[in-house]
Amino acid sequence: MIDKKLSTIDLVNKNLKKRYRAERRFQAYGILSICFGLTCLIFLFTDIIGKGTRGFFYHYMPIEIHLDAEVLGITDTNNFDQILAADYTSLVKAKVYEIFEARSRSEKKNARELIAIDATGYKIQDLLKTQAASLLGTTIKINASVDDKFDFYLKRLGERGGKGKEYFNDEQLLLIDELLVKQDTIVKKLNIAFFTSGDSAQSEEAGILSAFVGSIYLLLVTLCLSFPIGIATAVYLEEYAPKNKWTDLIEININNLAAVPSIIFGLLGLAIFLSFFGMPRSTPLVGGFVLTLMTLPTIIISSRAAIKAVPPSIREAAYGIGASKMQVTIHHVIPLAMPGMLTGTIIGLAQALGESAPLLMIGMAAFIPDVPTSVSDPSTVLPMQIFQWFRNADAGFREKASAAILVLILLLVTMNALAVWARSRLERRW
Amino acid sequence: MSLSALFVIIMIGAVATYILGRSRSLALADNLGGIRHLHSLPMYYGAQAALWCLIPCLTLLALWTAFDDSIIRQIIIQYLPVQQQNLTAQDISLLLNTIENIASGVTSLDADPATMAVAERVANLRTLSSTILTVIVLCSLVLLGGWGWSKVAPEFRARNSVERTFMVFLLVCSTLAIFTTVGIVFSVIFESIRFFDSVPVTNFLFGTQWSPQTAIRVGQVGGSGSFGAIPLFTGTLLISVIAMIIAVPTGLMTAIYLSEYANNKVRAVVKPLLEILAGIPTVVYGFFAALTVAPMIKDALNGLELSILSFSLGPLEVSGESALAAGLVMGVMIIPFVSSLSDDVINAVPQSLRDGSLGLGSTRSETVKKVVLPAALPGIAGAILLAVSRAIGETMIVVMAVGTAARLTANPLESVTTVTVQMTTLLIGDHEFDSPKTLAAFALGLVLFVITLCLNFFALRIVKKYREQYD
Repeated sequence: MIDKKLSTIDLVNKNLKKRYRAERRFQAYGILSICFGLTCLIFLFTDIIGKGTRGFFYHYMPIEIHLDAEVLGITDTNNFDQILAADYTSLVKAKVYEIFEARSRSEKKNARELIAIDATGYKIQDLLKTQAASLLGTTIKINASVDDKFDFYLKRLGERGGKGKEYFNDEQLLLIDELLVKQDTIVKKLNIAFFTSGDSAQSEEAGILSAFVGSIYLLLVTLCLSFPIGIATAVYLEEYAPKNKWTDLIEININNLAAVPSIIFGLLGLAIFLSFFGMPRSTPLVGGFVLTLMTLPTIIISSRAAIKAVPPSIREAAYGIGASKMQVTIHHVIPLAMPGMLTGTIIGLAQALGESAPLLMIGMAAFIPDVPTSVSDPSTVLPMQIFQWFRNADAGFREKASAAILVLILLLVTMNALAVWARSRLERRW
Repeated sequence: MSLSALFVIIMIGAVATYILGRSRSLALADNLGGIRHLHSLPMYYGAQAALWCLIPCLTLLALWTAFDDSIIRQIIIQYLPVQQQNLTAQDISLLLNTIENIASGVTSLDADPATMAVAERVANLRTLSSTILTVIVLCSLVLLGGWGWSKVAPEFRARNSVERTFMVFLLVCSTLAIFTTVGIVFSVIFESIRFFDSVPVTNFLFGTQWSPQTAIRVGQVGGSGSFGAIPLFTGTLLISVIAMIIAVPTGLMTAIYLSEYANNKVRAVVKPLLEILAGIPTVVYGFFAALTVAPMIKDALNGLELSILSFSLGPLEVSGESALAAGLVMGVMIIPFVSSLSDDVINAVPQSLRDGSLGLGSTRSETVKKVVLPAALPGIAGAILLAVSRAIGETMIVVMAVGTAARLTANPLESVTTVTVQMTTLLIGDHEFDSPKTLAAFALGLVLFVITLCLNFFALRIVKKYREQYD
């Protein structure tokens, strides 16, 4: 009869197994969550790197082409208009037909679709623009990029279930096989032009230089505005501001702005800077203004934390030897808080570098092939260039976009590493 | 003279004034027998003189460049031929743009002689304006600099004056946050009011038909378009819910594991790794969602027979722009946001509460579930609200991975559209600033701003209140 009435310890023991199981389950949920996050990270990065590295390479066909002044219709090598107007496409086409021994209409079409005719034509034009006199009438060697679909196919040849076959008809596939059997007809090489040229209507020609320079200008404007303003605000709030309604209002505003969706800042830029002040569209200047407003909360919040961390004893010591408030702030507080402020600024700039939504609103998603030379030139930035290329259904542009993503991520990693380094090396613990 | 050149000249002038003011104070001090006879250090005299010429000159430069274009516009409207003056405001602004382009040599369009004449006048006015500006700036630079220099005197309280200016500068900088908010409010409200003049508020908020594309041309049949935003709200909601289903449990469990179970080594590795997810640009997530995740979902689910209780619904139709792909990727993006915010809140729960619970013999998970989480609940709720507001306002992922067709559906495999997607599609490209189509974007912006503002405001208050509770 006694063992029917369970004592407390028996109750506990009875449930113990179940409770331990629950404990293990709970812990497993936690580990699973972390694993899920890390798996996503790894998946994202392998996907990006796998797609992106392809974009840095290109296939080309070295061809020798005779620049016949008569065929091109250039009579005077000093006449720039003639050089611009000459028909390079036909020249390249004729050469390509010769290589592929294409005679009938369909054969010609098949051959034409394998080589980037227009892009090669532009290449010859660029050469002639500078040295027409010496090159005309000679035979030059030129690397004709293959068409972006062919490039797409070639890059996936070795892979399982290699894609891209559907772009070509049977005769073209035969041509391709013939080409691949021969040595040195098709060469794969690092695409240096990707880093040294701007955007282009031809995916084979497109590069990131114009967007890269645009990004640099944008970051410069943002840095020049947000760093001083951010620090000044932080100093005011921490060192000067009296505790009153006004200060509270400022603080509430800063905290709210930190969480306002970035696209709203784009609307602000559109309505205030572009429409009201009539500033030029798609320029790094306006973009910098908008991103300054957007990154300020980040910089202010981290700068305030850095100023707070400076021990009051340092201020008191400075006051004690007769320094004024401004002298204490400029000579002691700001230099001591600088590493923290710099860290915050770098993180804010990294955010600005990757930001796209507000820039979309002020027209920075534009086709801009020229490298901007000042902050008031129309330009695009890296994220916008990626978006532009993404919107182009062309497989070649998509590949460029993933290569540009890789460049962007590399820049961001560098900036964040710099911030981590600044934090660990320069920051002082009190 | 160009703007940047003038700016550089002003800067050089200010530096020169600083040096002159400083050396004058030193010279004065020499006469009196050392700088201890001056009220302030010599650098303050220099700085004060420099500020006196720097601030007015820069203000003048800024105001002039901000307003000279609009003043020139006002002037040249008078010179337009009579029949052109009677055009609508929109046509006039178009005409003025052409004229300005011709004047600055951007286009060399063949315009009629009258326009060309006006364009020439604009060019002349611009040269005149920049000449006047140069002269005024240079004169005031010299005069103010000289005046500031002459004010240097031993008894002059230069330090106090400079410090006051410094303090005012700090105050002005800190009010920028307020001006930004005011700017946002004004820019969305004014355009929204104009939008609601043509489309009633109730139609906008409660209409179920969204097809702004019909409003491209004025006078077109059905040119009014229909601006019922309900499909956009449901689309946004659908994607945000999917994102939250991913982000909240994962983020919360991650935070719990990291703060309650993991040792320092694991924490130091896992936390920064997960933070990387928050640092990846949204355009990259959008690319990933559109080109990797969406096709994967489509391949995985297409043709899959969905049968419930032996009642076959037939093969699943998965859109290439499904809400699911965007929601999933957005959820992954928000995980670190939720986890780091809840981590802060969980860490703020006093250790004594945990010790008490463990001392009574509860397991760790019981402590977490019965003690830590209830104590941290308000803070976690605040964190989740902030995450929701971020999901609602997220733009690039949805712009890239979700379609623009407004559809009223709760099926995550169908294509929906969101508020932010519509805002960008309405505003990208050529702006015709007065059409309801572009104004609708501002009305959507107003809704988005108000909703996120409320969410943020409450979330921040909850988090703040909660922090104070245990401090």
